[in-house]
Amino acid sequence: MFPVTGTASLALALVFGAMFGWLLHRGRVSDYNTIVGQFLFRDFTVIKIMLTAIVVGGVGVFALVQMGYAQFHIKPADMLAVGLGAALFGVGMVIYGYCPGTALAAIGGGSLHALVGAVGMLVGGVAYALSFDWVSKAIIPVGQMGKVQLPQLLGVGAPVIFVALGVVALVVFALIERARA
Amino acid sequence: MSAETFDRAPARAAAGVDWTPYLIGVGIGVLSWIVFVVVNAPLGITTSLAQVSGGVASPILGADAVAANSYWAKNPLKLDYGTLFLVGTMIGGLLSAVMAGVWRIEAVPSIWAKRFGPSQTKRFVWAFIGGAIAMYGARLANGCTSGNGISGGLQLALGGWTFLAVMFPVGALTAAIMFRGAK
Repeated sequence: MFPVTGTASLALALVFGAMFGWLLHRGRVSDYNTIVGQFLFRDFTVIKIMLTAIVVGGVGVFALVQMGYAQFHIKPADMLAVGLGAALFGVGMVIYGYCPGTALAAIGGGSLHALVGAVGMLVGGVAYALSFDWVSKAIIPVGQMGKVQLPQLLGVGAPVIFVALGVVALVVFALIERARA
Repeated sequence: MSAETFDRAPARAAAGVDWTPYLIGVGIGVLSWIVFVVVNAPLGITTSLAQVSGGVASPILGADAVAANSYWAKNPLKLDYGTLFLVGTMIGGLLSAVMAGVWRIEAVPSIWAKRFGPSQTKRFVWAFIGGAIAMYGARLANGCTSGNGISGGLQLALGGWTFLAVMFPVGALTAAIMFRGAK
């Protein structure tokens, strides 16, 4: 039955996309103020959503892979490219006030500047494609670690890592909520 | 301030739109389980957005130049799961806002306006520049907050966690510089 492919998967793309956009909007991360507020440490919505999604999503996905219902989709850890890209992304995201997913949800919610920035994102995509030959020679090959997951790298089981992540998340959440009270 | 400069939070709170962030996190986590099984794909945005940029570039650079480009040759624009997911994400934001009665045109967010003034042009120019930088970075890193941060993070991928470990402090530094002295 699964995975669904072909035309049916196209209809599902709209449904799953809409669920994602709905959640981002209900979670307030489709607001510029929420995203920038996180990086100014005034609003902790982003970190609460991301940590919860990573722990809940991860436990489920690892279990589903273990049971044979799902496969991992690991991207290669090209360390220089990921490091430089993440740094550029951090700068761009704060200036823009959105990340790509929350920007799309914000456009749906009526944010005009999110739409203008999305045109900027398309231009950034063009710039990347035009520089791809150089990037793939000069940057991507530096520090290639392959499609590595932390359990292999650290020699620790995934359950141990998720328990540790869960404890860290709960402590962080408790500190945030206490500071706010 | 113009009508397009405001804080969305009061209207949202009054309409009861906001779900607790923890519930949203659980929702995104569970949505990840579903998409991994049902369509054999993680949540992600910018791979497909880069395909769209190829489509947009085509009339400007010429279809031949786009077809000959080594990146777009691997990631051509087509109506596939990923590009329709982008449309779905916009529809989700639209539905949520309209159904809650909080859909409203916003050009300049209030935190920006307090620091940089109510000029729409200024905000649009910087949104454009920021969007371009973020997208270039996301493609170089092979994923954004969704594909690298959440999907890579939950799979305990080294690349995803490296992305998070670099993106957050650099973002905080950028925000501290941009909003230094601002209340």
